[in-house]
Amino acid sequence: MAFLRKVLAIVWKDVTAELRTKDIFSAMAVFALLATVIFQYAFDLRAENLRLVLPGVVWTTVTFSGVLGLSRSFILEQDRGLLEGLLLAPMDRSAIYFGKLIGNLLFITAVELLLLPALSILFDVWLLTPPILLFVALGTLGFAAVGTLFSAVSINTRAREVMLPILLFPVMVPVLIAGVRGISGLLDGEPLTDLLQWVRLLLAYDVVFTTTAFLLFDYVVEE
Amino acid sequence: MASTSVPSNPPSKRSRSDAVWTVLTALAAVSVAVALYLSLVWAPTAVNFTTETERLSQRIFYFHVASGWVGFFAFFVTAVSGAVYLITRRRRWDAVALSSAELGVTFTLANLFSGMVWAQTTWGKPYPIEDPRINTSTIVVLVYIAYLMLRNAIADPERRARLASVYGIVGFLSVPITFLSIRIWRTIHPAVIGTGSETAQGGFDLAPDMVVALLFSIFAFTVMYAALLRWRLKLEDLRDQVDGLKALAAGGDR
Repeated sequence: MAFLRKVLAIVWKDVTAELRTKDIFSAMAVFALLATVIFQYAFDLRAENLRLVLPGVVWTTVTFSGVLGLSRSFILEQDRGLLEGLLLAPMDRSAIYFGKLIGNLLFITAVELLLLPALSILFDVWLLTPPILLFVALGTLGFAAVGTLFSAVSINTRAREVMLPILLFPVMVPVLIAGVRGISGLLDGEPLTDLLQWVRLLLAYDVVFTTTAFLLFDYVVEE
Repeated sequence: MASTSVPSNPPSKRSRSDAVWTVLTALAAVSVAVALYLSLVWAPTAVNFTTETERLSQRIFYFHVASGWVGFFAFFVTAVSGAVYLITRRRRWDAVALSSAELGVTFTLANLFSGMVWAQTTWGKPYPIEDPRINTSTIVVLVYIAYLMLRNAIADPERRARLASVYGIVGFLSVPITFLSIRIWRTIHPAVIGTGSETAQGGFDLAPDMVVALLFSIFAFTVMYAALLRWRLKLEDLRDQVDGLKALAAGGDR
């Protein structure tokens, strides 16, 4: 319980800072909306194509805008010299990981709650159904779990935020495939029970990589 | 004064390891030559293909499988060496991880391109998007190019070794999940060319002599990998010595 309180303290710190500056959320949200508009022009969508490309549009927009937020997650701490303070705090360092992960999840989810209705209107396909949200939520968890770890890795590199997508995207492929395939199936009218193997794949990914990231996070921030 | 304090291995130890190294290199050269003979001349021609090109390009298979196996094994070595580095903090293990990752990228690219040549002759196109193996190979190459880029972007050796180890472990764990996801994707979406060609690929019966050629190719490539790994580690040792000498020279100037 004491551990949970420490995690929540970090989440509270990040959310409060974000509510005051709105740096991360505004950048992610505007980028996400820009991306949807650009996709609309890029694909020059016609009615019969909508359901074919929309799942891909959802996931590329979520990952591209998500990477923006993830890359800020540790850079802000580093630029203001706060990371040392966090590391000196008397607590298990995995609390920092889970605090950051939950914070990132909240920011990405907030953007998704804006993005999905916007896509629904622009593409005239209703996306806010529970099965679709299940796929989005599971995919976002896997994305944020690996992304939070790599965000802490990338602040140590020369190029910092440029490094994050290069590290993250190749490892992200299973989430993209399962997410796109799941939403495509649902939009094609397949029942969720036919798509359970994709749900299981996402669950497996989430469990494997949240655990791995939790175990390896200590090595990333030590010094 | 400066020259006496240059760090180096005791002579006896170094000459013994050099002997092992020479034998390994010679063994690699001989066994790759033998593997070439076995797979290009000695192994029987596959019977069930219709055209001469298909029959001949089937012989790509021996080196294709061998390089694919060595590539995957090299990445496994990178992940394990990374984990050992994180536990022991001995720089040597990081050098092994780096060397093995470079070799893994090289062998996986050989696997990928030989597969593309074969796919062009047999499937009629170089990059069958519906095939799980070629897609996995491409993504794995990208993971380890990212690994090498990460190393290049960090100046401090200790930090570079630590973060690269973490990435090597996560990257390796993603490989089976990527392969699985692409395979499920494909079994749901049976592709027109894919299904026919999968049977064509599995269709040639592996004659006993073919199995011998394949196993020997895998053996030869594994020995070649071990020899190259040793060469690459030697290079890393020499770099360390140069760095040590440079530091000494800089110290002497002051």
